[in-house]
Amino acid sequence: MMADIFSASFITGLIGATLRMSTPIILATLGEIITERAGVLNLGIEGIMLFGAASGFLATLATGNLWFGILMAALSGVLLALLMSFLAVNLGLSQHVAGLGITIFASGLAMFIYRKAVGSPVVPPTVHPFSPLAIPFLSDIPFIGESFFKQYFLTYITWALIPLVSIFLFRTRFGLRIRTMGQNPFAADTVGVNVNRTRTICLAIGGALFGVAGAFLTLAHQNMFLIDVVGGRGWIAIAMTIFGNWNPLMGSLGGLMFGFLDALQLRLQSVGIHLPIHVFLMIPYLMTIVALVGVSRKATVPAGLLKPYRREEKGG
Amino acid sequence: MVDITKRFVDVVANDKVSFSLFPNEVCALLGENGAGKTTLMNILFGYYLCDSGEIRIYGRIVRLGSPKDAIAHGISMIHQHFTLVPSQSVLENAMIGVEGGFFLDKKKARKRLLEIEKQFGLDLDPDAMAFTLTIGQQQKLEILKALYREAKILIMDEPTAVLAPIETRELFATLRTLVDNGRSVVFISHKLNEVMEISDRILVLREGKNVAERKKSETRVQELASLMVGREILESLQCSDSAAGNTVLQLKNLRVRNSKGVVALDGFSLDLREREIVGIAGVSGNGQTELSELLFGIRRPEEGSIVLDGKEVPGGSPSAMIRAGMARIPEDRISTGVCMDLSVMDNMILVDHCREPFSKLGLINGREIRSWVLDRVRDFQVKTDGVDAPVKSLSGGNLQKVILARELAGQPKIIIACQPTRGLDVGAMEYVHQAILRQKERGAGILLISDDLDEVLLLCDRVIVIYEGRIMGELCSDGIDRERIGLWMSGVA
Repeated sequence: MMADIFSASFITGLIGATLRMSTPIILATLGEIITERAGVLNLGIEGIMLFGAASGFLATLATGNLWFGILMAALSGVLLALLMSFLAVNLGLSQHVAGLGITIFASGLAMFIYRKAVGSPVVPPTVHPFSPLAIPFLSDIPFIGESFFKQYFLTYITWALIPLVSIFLFRTRFGLRIRTMGQNPFAADTVGVNVNRTRTICLAIGGALFGVAGAFLTLAHQNMFLIDVVGGRGWIAIAMTIFGNWNPLMGSLGGLMFGFLDALQLRLQSVGIHLPIHVFLMIPYLMTIVALVGVSRKATVPAGLLKPYRREEKGG
Repeated sequence: MVDITKRFVDVVANDKVSFSLFPNEVCALLGENGAGKTTLMNILFGYYLCDSGEIRIYGRIVRLGSPKDAIAHGISMIHQHFTLVPSQSVLENAMIGVEGGFFLDKKKARKRLLEIEKQFGLDLDPDAMAFTLTIGQQQKLEILKALYREAKILIMDEPTAVLAPIETRELFATLRTLVDNGRSVVFISHKLNEVMEISDRILVLREGKNVAERKKSETRVQELASLMVGREILESLQCSDSAAGNTVLQLKNLRVRNSKGVVALDGFSLDLREREIVGIAGVSGNGQTELSELLFGIRRPEEGSIVLDGKEVPGGSPSAMIRAGMARIPEDRISTGVCMDLSVMDNMILVDHCREPFSKLGLINGREIRSWVLDRVRDFQVKTDGVDAPVKSLSGGNLQKVILARELAGQPKIIIACQPTRGLDVGAMEYVHQAILRQKERGAGILLISDDLDEVLLLCDRVIVIYEGRIMGELCSDGIDRERIGLWMSGVA
């Protein structure tokens, strides 16, 4: 058994799976970081991911086109995020209540349209999922090539997005504005930045990423839609946002860690250690909690988070 | 600005107010709190929209729908509460909103910022994080922000409220440089001496209306005071002189660290007697906050002892302090003085709720509390829509009355008053001062910690000056030497 674990194929497989498994977490974490940096906590994430998983899957099932499915997932993510924006930004409702409401609503709606579209067949319908894309030459490098350069296209995009989001937040003027309104919306307003509009845009970008993250699960990771396909990955992304101290690089590192543990538990199951399956399923979540306890005490929450911005509240 | 009218839900904040500003001048907008000064300027800044009236800039009618429009017309406003992002650098704070280009060009922005700093004599390190700046430096940063936006008109809302005397002098020098360089400044204030010192022209507002306009050369402090308040105000306070009694509070050799672990008070000793007001003067941030926290029982001393009424009390226990007969008036009334969302009644009973007759067998007796609170509201002339109204609906002066009513209810032996009139208007300030003097006559020992030197000199029998957590010196009220106090406050022995 130990020999199995330390074999080359086990390790290359593990690294490859880590990158795959962490893709949706990292996508969702990046989305949540952008949103929270602007001062909005989007607890609708879990529901939006599930809805993206369903709409992406159904769109592909209907047309046979995987990228059309991804597009639909992104669009539906944007729509739900705009609903969140209307409630939490425009109406200024509690971000907790609005976000949880969106999650419950979107989860129900996802199941509803899925049932509406496919009914209740004994064998759930499947699509032909994305296949890994081997990068010429690089994938031929022994050991490394197998793990790193035979991934889904979406995984490559995700890895490209990590530095891009980082540059966007810390090196562009929009990033500066977003960070400012997340800390002190009043400061942003008084220098002529439209706080609520920018927050809406950030929510929309985040929503698109959530939707795609969900669709990755039904169009790449698996090839069918199940009600528990997201399995709390949205909440994990929220945790990783805190774990990463609202920094895209650190947050992605957290996502990678979760992906690794998720991949590891699957592999350990197949190696044949005799423990109930639930123990393995628990590992990534348990480790996330442990990591959070250690790190989150040092986290500095954006000061404007959770606070709706209103201008004309009281006269001076 | 001509005939500006602005209503909030049920109050008319500005009623046909007109205001004009000329190039190269400092124009003061004088009035009590709630006179509509800030509202008027927020309208000029595009932050509020006026209900009627028109605004002309260089003769042209403009519509200012948001701060963005105002900035485009060269208007910047520095609010009383600074609009900085603590976790960002000076440079980032200055360039936000006018970054130019998709990517942040920090090199160019830094060059521009340094040029402005040089031109106006404002020295700030562009890479310093905003949270490391002192209040005075933060204000400089706000001015830099405005200049970075090429502001021609600078509106400053009560800029000296948070400053120490030296910082105020620096600010005034800066304002002069601004005016000499073709800028115009609107100086919102209710401090008469400062208005007389810095402004060229003074516009007085009262209850949302224009009252008067004066050139500085044609008016005096007394005239402005009566214009502002609408009546003659008392210039001095009266208090029957009586000898101080026994010692009620004794601090011995205290040493305290602040939240960052830095020693904030060191070797601090003090005696406070009955029928005595002792003032702690000093530039803010020299240990006053820590001293008050220590006395309130929310911070533990590292060394030294606190003796209340002859008995040593352990540090770090607020309830021990209350039991020993201490009344506490905290410096930040909104965040530590009251719970903004709770009612006037709940806030007033916070200290006494657990004693008879308000509480029996662990149950609160609402009827007793209500009648007691009603009495207090009447005695202290708290203006409120009833005892069930949340305290956040009260003005600053009335909030302070709620706190006074609560803290003074139990005939305390010792009163610790921290910045008791900070941000209050002249009327409310007078009320608080009278209340403190009445307590002294009753026999309480009062420790007054205040950044407002005038207030300390007006009320106190003895003045202690602290600098960097150490006592620089002590003077009795009959031997007051402002010059000396000023030197002590800046650390010169």
